[in-house]
Amino acid sequence: MKKLDYRRLKSRSRHFLFGMNFTDGIVYKFVIYTLLISFSYIYLYPVLFMTVNSFMSVDDLINPGVKWIPSSLQFVNYGRALQVLELPGSIVGTTSYVLKVSISVTISSAIIGYGFAKFRFPLKNLLFVLMLATFILPSQVTMVANMLIFRNLGLMSTQKSMIYPAIFGQGVNAAIYILIFYQFFKTIPGVLMESAEVDGASQIKIFTRIAIPLAIPSFLIVFLFSFVWYWNETFITSLYVGGRITLPLKLQAFRASYETLFPPGTAGAELNEAIMLAGNMLTILPLLVLYFIAQRFFVESIDRTGITGE
Amino acid sequence: MKNILKSIAQFLNKFFEKIGNFYTHKVSKGIDKAKFILEHNFLIRREGLTLTLFSFLKINVTRKRREAFYGIMFIMLWIIGFLIFTLYPMFYSLYLSFNEAYYSLETGVETTFIGFTNYLNVFRSQSLLPLFGTYIGKMIIAVPLIVVFSILIAVLINNPIKLKGIWRTIFFLPVIISTGPVINELNNQNATSIPALEDSSVIVYISENLGPWLANPIEAILTSMLLILWYAGIPILIFLAGLQKIDGSIYEAASIDGASPWDRFWKITLPSIKPLISVSVIYIVVSMSLFVEPEGILDLARLHMLIGAPDSNFWFGYGYAAAIAWVYFLLMVIIMGVFILILSARRKENR
Repeated sequence: MKKLDYRRLKSRSRHFLFGMNFTDGIVYKFVIYTLLISFSYIYLYPVLFMTVNSFMSVDDLINPGVKWIPSSLQFVNYGRALQVLELPGSIVGTTSYVLKVSISVTISSAIIGYGFAKFRFPLKNLLFVLMLATFILPSQVTMVANMLIFRNLGLMSTQKSMIYPAIFGQGVNAAIYILIFYQFFKTIPGVLMESAEVDGASQIKIFTRIAIPLAIPSFLIVFLFSFVWYWNETFITSLYVGGRITLPLKLQAFRASYETLFPPGTAGAELNEAIMLAGNMLTILPLLVLYFIAQRFFVESIDRTGITGE
Repeated sequence: MKNILKSIAQFLNKFFEKIGNFYTHKVSKGIDKAKFILEHNFLIRREGLTLTLFSFLKINVTRKRREAFYGIMFIMLWIIGFLIFTLYPMFYSLYLSFNEAYYSLETGVETTFIGFTNYLNVFRSQSLLPLFGTYIGKMIIAVPLIVVFSILIAVLINNPIKLKGIWRTIFFLPVIISTGPVINELNNQNATSIPALEDSSVIVYISENLGPWLANPIEAILTSMLLILWYAGIPILIFLAGLQKIDGSIYEAASIDGASPWDRFWKITLPSIKPLISVSVIYIVVSMSLFVEPEGILDLARLHMLIGAPDSNFWFGYGYAAAIAWVYFLLMVIIMGVFILILSARRKENR
């Protein structure tokens, strides 16, 4: 009797700990959640650090006893950062510029991706490989010549110097967007298009009436990605469009503009880390808001649209 | 009153009559002429299913040809853009890299051919060559690390866990934040290294016992661990998409046959996402290489280009900048190629 009980207890506890086939036991779950939490700490650490430190006063920054909870919330930091970054005007400016570029790159890559996915033509494979190869080519290789081209066309230091390459499918990471559309249009059955063609629809009509409405999720993904990537692109933008057009570029020049706004000797002249971090927060805040609104599309539709490029 | 109205009506009549005459005698005739020219020109003519180009080249419009025409028209945008904004600049910068080139406002770019001198200067440079060294070291250590890490996270998220959306949101966060200035500022404030790692004895041990050429990259990687793991954002998504395409019944069959989760990972999961590893290696190498650090290689290339003047001892102008970019690009391709070669070699052995 006693022996049996012991055995049952053993099997029960074993079942409790390891489950039927290990993966549904509590040990496995414990390991997984521990790993997940520690990894997400790594990922969230900078954001938390930035948020907390941006509210700190100078005393808190120096005080080693204060790490995560500031003794008082300093909204002054944000006020100063707002002044230096010239918000809200610069948010409107940045957004309108990024919108222009990302909308044009989205539309053009949809057209190009459709062309690659639905038609057969000579040299298609070569062109497709070249298209993918443009992803690897750093823009630094082409920057010298591109600058000369833009200078000759009179596009230098205007937003057109970013918009034109975007329209012609050569924007930042454009190969990825084209690939996303290519993957998606490949999955649409050709029968659908053929039946429309038999009914007498032109190719342009098929594209606009059948392909585009089906591809709306892909449009969203590509638009979101291009928005974020163009927002974050500083090297090319500062080179072609000029110094301080987007918020990240303004952030780059934060120290210099702070000094002109609060010259030494006036109140609040010393720039501290908290104000810098407040500026950082303000720069990525629009993206964070966008991300949390569109988070579902960002994460869930990825596997449907195939960024993987099989 | 009536008279006034009448005169207005008369005026309008005259006016419209003139417009009407102009239209019938000039515009519509012009349109007719244009139509005639279009239909009877020697450039392009269409009769039924045959197109005639230049009056002697006859093309039958077959289905295949029409399809090819539409396909090329759809990607025409890309072809034009590729020729103007990529192919021509590529060759031009290759040409410039063999020249001494400066920009002057009056004459445009002035070039003098100097052969391989620019490239030799890149390898002679005191400030550039160490940067290339650390770049290679960083890549060799960081890329496998990111791949392993992103596979690990993808497998973790793919488990039936609670709050799936929140975990995914967190792990995809780096893609949003990774803007150059923000990262650099975080780097300045030591927010990109995990505090416990930084003052651990491991780093001290490494820097004391290994040569600087090996210790420096390792130390740099350990201290900016977080920055490196942040590149895992998109690779995680790539692997996650791959994992979700695996049929669940394979796992069931394996576990009925008595395979442990460990076995299942090595025998099922890893082989099925293996093709995606090279995709993410390419992605990681490109995104890490194109991240512009202050006083990094790319930053130097830009400075050489922008500040370069014929009489400068420090800044060597367009040609030198182009040479730096080309060396950097070739290194990038070589690193990618080596990784992919290693991966494909392993795959052959397994067969």
